[in-house]
Amino acid sequence: MSLSNEDKACLRSVWKEIGPSWPEHCPDAIYRMFLSFPSTKTYFPNFDISPGSPQIQAHGRKVADALNKAVEHIDDMPAALSDLSDKHSQELRVDPVNFKLLKHTMLVTMAANYPEILTPEVLLSLDKLMEAVSRVLISRYR
Amino acid sequence: MVHLSNEEKAAVTSLWGKVNVEETGGEALGRLLVVYPWTQRFFEHFGDLSSPSAIMGNPKVKAHGAKVLASFSEGLNHLDNLKGTFAKLSELHCDKLHVDPENFRLLGNVIVIVLAHHHGHDLTPTVQAAFQKVVAGVAHALGHKYH
Repeated sequence: MSLSNEDKACLRSVWKEIGPSWPEHCPDAIYRMFLSFPSTKTYFPNFDISPGSPQIQAHGRKVADALNKAVEHIDDMPAALSDLSDKHSQELRVDPVNFKLLKHTMLVTMAANYPEILTPEVLLSLDKLMEAVSRVLISRYR
Repeated sequence: MVHLSNEEKAAVTSLWGKVNVEETGGEALGRLLVVYPWTQRFFEHFGDLSSPSAIMGNPKVKAHGAKVLASFSEGLNHLDNLKGTFAKLSELHCDKLHVDPENFRLLGNVIVIVLAHHHGHDLTPTVQAAFQKVVAGVAHALGHKYH
């Protein structure tokens, strides 16, 4: 399940096109997650969850920045995402099942906004990327 | 049973009316086999699955995907009784095909991704949420008769 050299090459190339505008679209992925998987809202009890909510915008950008960092440091994600990993294990403690839900809505959002880029091969690499990031984030859970 | 509001039912029906079921089925099954290669375990008799392009171009994959999505499509006409509609298929998938129901959830999500890919503007967050209920309901119905 780990990223092969082909995955990394694909992701570096694809991220040149997706990365710069991803912070604009990522909030949509968060919003889609709240709508499609209502249990995910339990982690954001104080959020305004209406479309275009400033909190969703801000959070979406935060998640996009983390994904950017992951691709930038694709050969050493555990080190690059170490602080985020600590935060998820000590403070946020999001149940691991939810990472797959956000992964799905991120992929849906990418497919909708970058249809020419989201070939089956690219979808495979992006899916693996997000699984790799999720593994890092939950790596210190117990 | 899936609980969709009238607006959600209308949204699902409206988008589905634009879908080429045959092509979308082939594409969805193909992408499932590419992105989650362990799912190929059920299709060793399909011939060449050696690369993404082989998979996506494989005529048996396309035909089977079309068949699967036609069945899913029929389910959309019976959202109030998915368990009844898919009872026989559920037994078949358990007793004869031995398919882990997790695969139904995986395919359901791939179908949603393909919808986003081809109908990005129409698959708004609200429409997606309605479809997520549908694919979850179909997956649940297909797993219902397992024992």
